[in-house]
Amino acid sequence: MSTQEQKATSQLESLARALLIPLLAVFTALVIGALLIIVTDDSVIAAFREGLGAGLSRSWSVIALAYGAFFTGAFGDVYHITETLRITTPYIFAGLAVALGFQGGLFNIGAEGQYFIGGLTTVYVGYSITGLPMIIHLPLALLAGMIGGGVWAGIVGFLKAKTGAHEVINTIMMNYIAIRLAEFLLDVGGPMARPGYRPVSPEIQPSAYLPQFFPSDPTIRFNVGFILALIAAIFIWWLLFKTTLGYEIRTVGQNPNAARYAGINVSKVIIVTMFISGTLAGLAASADILGVIHFMPNAFSAGYGFDAIALALLGNSHPAGVVLASLLFGALRAGATNMQGIAHIPVDITSILQGLIIIFIAAPAIIRAIYRLRGLEEGERLKLTRGWGQ
Amino acid sequence: MPPVLELKGITKRFPGVLANDHINLTLNEGEVLALLGENGAGKSTLMNVLYGLYTPEEGEIYVRGKKADIHGPNDAIALGIGMVHQHFMLVPVLTVAENVMLGMESVKHGFVLDREDAATKVRAISEKYGLEVDPNDLVGELPVGLQQRVEIIKLLYRSADILILDEPTAVLTPQEVEGLFEVVRSLVAQGKSVVFITHKLKEVLALADRVSVLRGGKVVGHADPKTSTERDLASLMVGREVILTVPKEPAQPKDVVLKVENLEVMGDRHRMAVRGISFEVRSGEIVGVAGVQGNGQTELVEALTGLRPVVNGKITLDGRDITHETPRVITETGSAHIPEDRQRDGLVLGYPIADNLILNTYYLPPIASGLVMHANVIAERAERLVEEYDVRTPSITTPAGNLSGGNQQKVIVARELSREVKLVIAAQPTRGLDVGSIEYIHSQLVRKRDEGAAVLVVSAELDEVLGLADRIMVMFEGEIMGIVPAEQATKENIGLLMAGVHPEAGKEAA
Repeated sequence: MSTQEQKATSQLESLARALLIPLLAVFTALVIGALLIIVTDDSVIAAFREGLGAGLSRSWSVIALAYGAFFTGAFGDVYHITETLRITTPYIFAGLAVALGFQGGLFNIGAEGQYFIGGLTTVYVGYSITGLPMIIHLPLALLAGMIGGGVWAGIVGFLKAKTGAHEVINTIMMNYIAIRLAEFLLDVGGPMARPGYRPVSPEIQPSAYLPQFFPSDPTIRFNVGFILALIAAIFIWWLLFKTTLGYEIRTVGQNPNAARYAGINVSKVIIVTMFISGTLAGLAASADILGVIHFMPNAFSAGYGFDAIALALLGNSHPAGVVLASLLFGALRAGATNMQGIAHIPVDITSILQGLIIIFIAAPAIIRAIYRLRGLEEGERLKLTRGWGQ
Repeated sequence: MPPVLELKGITKRFPGVLANDHINLTLNEGEVLALLGENGAGKSTLMNVLYGLYTPEEGEIYVRGKKADIHGPNDAIALGIGMVHQHFMLVPVLTVAENVMLGMESVKHGFVLDREDAATKVRAISEKYGLEVDPNDLVGELPVGLQQRVEIIKLLYRSADILILDEPTAVLTPQEVEGLFEVVRSLVAQGKSVVFITHKLKEVLALADRVSVLRGGKVVGHADPKTSTERDLASLMVGREVILTVPKEPAQPKDVVLKVENLEVMGDRHRMAVRGISFEVRSGEIVGVAGVQGNGQTELVEALTGLRPVVNGKITLDGRDITHETPRVITETGSAHIPEDRQRDGLVLGYPIADNLILNTYYLPPIASGLVMHANVIAERAERLVEEYDVRTPSITTPAGNLSGGNQQKVIVARELSREVKLVIAAQPTRGLDVGSIEYIHSQLVRKRDEGAAVLVVSAELDEVLGLADRIMVMFEGEIMGIVPAEQATKENIGLLMAGVHPEAGKEAA
């Protein structure tokens, strides 16, 4: 075997190893979810009163119905697959935002607020400018979302770089400001609200729409935003691992002292990292507004900003990992919606499944214990013996 | 009477490495056994086996003649075996007494911590073994030497009578080392037995009753410190003749490269750490900065490299005023810096070696053109430097954190000395390293001098300064006590200057 092939094989092996725990985590979460579905189902309980056999058979059919609906909802047909991908799109952007921050040693809890501000700027450019061709208007609206989110996060980066103020506190505070600001602007009669009695912005111009993949079928909302998200993921991977700026971001993230020693302007890198992180969160909002809803409602959030933290953790702060994690969350959400419609299982089950998956991935020892996987390497365990001092 | 501890045929394998190869070792009651070996010889692996952190593939351990089954630190502690690690395991925000009782707390009324009782016990141990420390001091505020005492008290509190000290002097100043030796002597005088892991020859001769030497995972010999010399031990440890002095021609100083005038630098505690010092370093000479640690050397180096602001004075590098320049400008002007704390400042431990080798040149051609970095250039460069500077590593993609201290330092040396530079600033360049690596790094610094660089070496090891420098500058409380040409320097006159005493001989205008 040539060295190149060896390298490829070992890369494949490490990929398989990297995927093993997440896959088992998902599987385990689904099993626990099934138990939850059974114990909360009245008909199952009634069947168990009749006898064990009846109970088990009823359990089986309830789970089959629920998870059947779940999987059809995520992957059943063109509509459901595209719906999964549509939900995945903002997840990728928001997950990348938090992942980039992590790579730079920054905990951007403010993706939610940056999403709101990016939504406001993108929608404003979308509805207020008229008469432009799409080729100019659409990029302009996307750019507006990026700048809105980027500036909002950049402020936090600036405060951290210049005063040492912790980004966790400040991003949380900026979230409140952003959400209340959006409420004020979009409330009935507010500066950005449309005439009438709905607290929503005006419709954006069609020239700012992200093109649909199935324009003939209006129920399918899958659009070019997904491709943009994939391009963003590739771009962020390239930026992080192939450019000098990425090297600076990662160095500051892993060892700010060494970064200073290396002549890297740590303050500048912190501000730039936060700015780029914010542009990605802003793009999540742009994708939703320009690609799907075409206006901005007062109650805009779908919790992307906070799910994004889970996505970044799940994806190990790597762009490819974030894309996979986003696909998973997209499928969970799309599936759960269908499960609610058909099997009448509350959509909240996704929150439970997501929570379980994250716990299992954050504490892989649980999964290793359940499936009797090889324990920690001795080298890993040794880290415990490293204290402070020196 | 059986020995207190006996290891028989201990074998421990890691993937690709035979870390311990059928090791036999005996420790008698009331003696200090020195376990001597270079970094990577298998000393720490062996002790981790003994402490239950590793399970050996083969071999048996006997404690006081009885076969012992050790599966973890708790088993080891139950058998009276205690270990002080290189990196301390203390909680900085707790007091000495609280740290000592952590895990076996004294309690009263069922659940209230009895700090008094613990403090009393700590005091009793302190007095018995000469381990002076105040039980009510916060550990985080103690100097390293005292923290180490707390670690030893922790073991004694748990009634350990076999003590393993893993490279205990690596983090200590010379005075603290002397203090530790007294403690160890008092411990063995009262019946404790000590395994002292080290690669420092002088310490072995000063302290040990017996020496066992490890090389490449095997016991290669035993020695009696009373009849051995440093040279014997060194060649046993390294496996070949070792040159303990630095071979070099007389210096041929040329133009002034670094000029420092009336430099004042603030320390961390708003105390002036460097108080108006002036000196020059010329091309083709090595100036050594001697002094007890904490006399302004660290702040001086940080100021020279742009990492700490200058309060007053002027620094000129190669004719250019760099007093208030950034680290990047200073590096680009032609300065190389081997930092004092290699893991904190000099390396990104999670990065592969290849990425560490470009830490301060990552943006320059041919490594990068504009924003884009060239992976193949980085890899080729890394392969070449690893080869040239003898970095022992499985591959250039190995994270720097997985290397031994000596090899980590070689990565830094390779990065800094492979560039075209006019000035080399090396702070504690061989701290914690084994003889082979020290020899190598010294020869590289001399090579750089002979190529015409100005070299400034700061070291707490007087032997290193005496062996390496052409001129020796002694710092005391932020000032220069004197600058002595190497041929006039002796341990005595430099030692006096380090203590702040001006001997009439050897005094020279600063």
